[in-house]
Amino acid sequence: MSTPPIDRQPIESYEVTGKRTKELTRRQIKKARITGIVMFALAAIVMFLLAPAAAGTSTFGLSFADETIQLPPLSVPSQGSLWVLAMVLGFLGATQFFRGFQSRTTVILGIAFAVFVFSIMVWATAGQEFSLISMLVSTIARATPIALGALSGILCERSGVVNIGIEGMLLGGAFTGVVMGSLLGGWVGLLAATLTGGVLALLLAVLAVNFRVDQIIIGVVINILVLGLTSFLTAQLLVKNPDLNNAPIFQALKIPVLGDIPIIGPMFFDQTIIVYGMFILIASVTFMLFRTRWGLRTRSVGENPKAADSLGIKVAKVRYLAVVYGGMVGGFAGAWFTLGTVGRFDEGMTGGRGFIGLAAMIVGGWNPIGAFFAALIFGFSDSMQQKFAVIETPIPGEFLAMAPYLVTIIIVAGLVGRARPPAADGQPYEKE
Amino acid sequence: MELELRGITKRFPGVLANDNVNLTARSGMVLALIGENGAGKSTLMNVLSGLYQPDEGEILIDGVVQKFPGPGAAIAAGIGMVHQHFMLIPVFSVFENVVLGVEPTRTGGLLDRKKARIEVKEISEKYGLAVDPDALVESLPVGIQQRVEIIKVLLRGAQILVFDEPTAVLTPQEVEEFFGIVAELKARGATIIFITHKLKEALAIADDITVLRDGKVVGNADPKTATPEALAEMMVGRPIDLVVDKTEAVLGAPVLELKGVTVTDDFGRPYLHEVSFQVSAGEIVGIAGIQGNGQTELVEVITGMMSLAEGTISFEGADISHLSPRKRHAAGMAHVPEDRNESGMVGSFTVAENLILDSYYTEPFSKGGRLQRADIAASAIGLVEAYDVRPPHIENTGSALSGGNAQKMIVAREFSRDVPLLVCSQPTRGIDVGSIEYIHEQIMRKRQEGKAILIVSTELDEIFALSDRILVLFDGKVVAERKPAETTPAEIGLFMAGKTT
Repeated sequence: MSTPPIDRQPIESYEVTGKRTKELTRRQIKKARITGIVMFALAAIVMFLLAPAAAGTSTFGLSFADETIQLPPLSVPSQGSLWVLAMVLGFLGATQFFRGFQSRTTVILGIAFAVFVFSIMVWATAGQEFSLISMLVSTIARATPIALGALSGILCERSGVVNIGIEGMLLGGAFTGVVMGSLLGGWVGLLAATLTGGVLALLLAVLAVNFRVDQIIIGVVINILVLGLTSFLTAQLLVKNPDLNNAPIFQALKIPVLGDIPIIGPMFFDQTIIVYGMFILIASVTFMLFRTRWGLRTRSVGENPKAADSLGIKVAKVRYLAVVYGGMVGGFAGAWFTLGTVGRFDEGMTGGRGFIGLAAMIVGGWNPIGAFFAALIFGFSDSMQQKFAVIETPIPGEFLAMAPYLVTIIIVAGLVGRARPPAADGQPYEKE
Repeated sequence: MELELRGITKRFPGVLANDNVNLTARSGMVLALIGENGAGKSTLMNVLSGLYQPDEGEILIDGVVQKFPGPGAAIAAGIGMVHQHFMLIPVFSVFENVVLGVEPTRTGGLLDRKKARIEVKEISEKYGLAVDPDALVESLPVGIQQRVEIIKVLLRGAQILVFDEPTAVLTPQEVEEFFGIVAELKARGATIIFITHKLKEALAIADDITVLRDGKVVGNADPKTATPEALAEMMVGRPIDLVVDKTEAVLGAPVLELKGVTVTDDFGRPYLHEVSFQVSAGEIVGIAGIQGNGQTELVEVITGMMSLAEGTISFEGADISHLSPRKRHAAGMAHVPEDRNESGMVGSFTVAENLILDSYYTEPFSKGGRLQRADIAASAIGLVEAYDVRPPHIENTGSALSGGNAQKMIVAREFSRDVPLLVCSQPTRGIDVGSIEYIHEQIMRKRQEGKAILIVSTELDEIFALSDRILVLFDGKVVAERKPAETTPAEIGLFMAGKTT
């Protein structure tokens, strides 16, 4: 409200290092100490659990064999590196515990976790060779449906309609994509997937905007409906007609020159059309939301529909458009699972990626670019568990498979309270 | 432009909200429309702004009959509403708010931000409404937010401006500024309709006053000759005593004492910073301040709904800083919360159930975990009668009551326990004059009985009428303490706006 910048007086209560720290309340100190202890714990794990078990060198491949410019693989002595990494973590933890990074705490915590993840990679590949580049490439690929799912959610929620039916839209898109793709080719499949998402979103829009049904319930219904329907059709249709479940796969499309840059090239410029589509959609939706009249009106409806209505903006129409557009993005994302990877449909193959997309949307603060970076974190953990399952690590496979979901819980729990959703998110608008 | 309403009638199921209303407002004049809550002012304005269609009657502008199928048509005809609850989007910038719906665009629907800023600047310079087009609305003081609303309607070419309770959220200084803006608009030939329930303001600014009661126009008054008492009587339909009778306070022992109370949000930013004061038996302490300066947090930390970061709160000498709300309640604290619908009652519960919300678990209302319907009803019937809750049907739901009667029900629940401390937050917000008079009487009666009373209010008149001591809360700090006899509303207003002693 109307409060001018708060003049924070130092509260004298805290003296450990001899210097009085300013601007800290007890609560902040407690928080700083807890995060410091967490970093210490990570350092201890690296030092006493990982380092003693790591012998030899860890080798990370940075180029594919068929690239024009070859980078030499990165080799580090496993145990020595882990000691160094443990010391870095220990230093960060000690600084945080005694002095606190204050406003930069979140960033430092992020760095600490990155160092810890890298430590695990060094440990897991001790005495082995590990293709880092293929993991990075698959990070982008696996982030794609998550980022698109998040974008689908952003489009809906920026207009004030909660969409938790993203999972169903992904699954529906994956299914119709493969069937139409098998019959009429990949492009038709892609179009069919997009339209499927749009139709499901239309259902959401009708029920949410016109009938003001609870939006969470509609989302759950969409998810269950699509799961049931696709499972039924798989059993009844696809199993009997395997031809319908054998679509052509979109191949990676290398962009000249840019695709030859080491590391960056294979990651960003040698991907499938769906991945490129994701980048284009992230950029264009960001532009549309924040730079065009359509975006201003859509956001206004998501923030304060009454105000928008009093200015002659048609709330229902704006919401319909945004929701259907969001659904189409969700359906397009669904095509990634079939047309973008394996070319066939399996029951429940989206495996909760729609919900992870929802988490990415929240972590990214309802902003497409933020959501993309959040999706990268999830894509990374997804891709890491896949690659680790291939090289031999002492971590059980089931545990590795948990990684993406575990990361989701940790990040959302850490960030969710701070993100601010659109003010009218999930609220049906009713004229008085 | 001249605006005329002829025989406007608007019915809702079971209610005649407007009954054959006639009024006229001319260019270059201010028409004040006064009436109690529920008198039909808002309905009338919604008819005027195209949100409602009248069942009968017509709207004429410069003698031409108008039809408003929606808000867009009313805007196009030159009618601009400045709503009581600003129709602004807090996370948008000023210019985004102003141009929303009439955005200047370049090819392809691209927002022309440069042109939008210029449009805002032009209006703000022409009418002397200084505001930064790029500021985020949520970062602006309420007075400036109101300017944004005014610029918004002016940009749409409004000639007839309707202000709905425009001063409700302003400090006395901001009210002065607002009156200056109205004078400027008036001088430029605008037609202004000023809806209010503050009689003094209507008398100060209006050229003509129309009084509405029960959906009907009950009379017109000339501000040059009318008195507040006469207007109040027209509004309510019976004589009203606007002055609270107050005897000298007889102070007893301190009941509530706060020492260095600091409350912070999740990021450690203070809502309240080292607040210390005490309230003694037989005393009313009034907390003045503009909304959002820590009043909500102060009440919540005293009643136990929020935890404190530093400091202590003691009640009759015992430290209660970390007791749960129920334990504080049981120790002898009554609480009239600031938002009656949100935390004062359960709208879908009956009056009888609402009256035992705080004591349902104690005898005689509950025995062995079973509610004793007969005892609950008997107690409710007594309270409804004693506290004049109308209609006196204890099986009505809470949400069926009018604001004033719902508030009386809450006061009945809280005041009927014989406890040493009463914490009343916004005890009369948004309720009719008759109920205000009644609740003020009840508060004074409790003072007479020697209870310690803390009143939090954004209405300065209320603070002055009730308090024995006034504390001003600004930015989470107590910035001033005065006796009402030794200060003026103007001085308190300055403290509320951030002036320090």
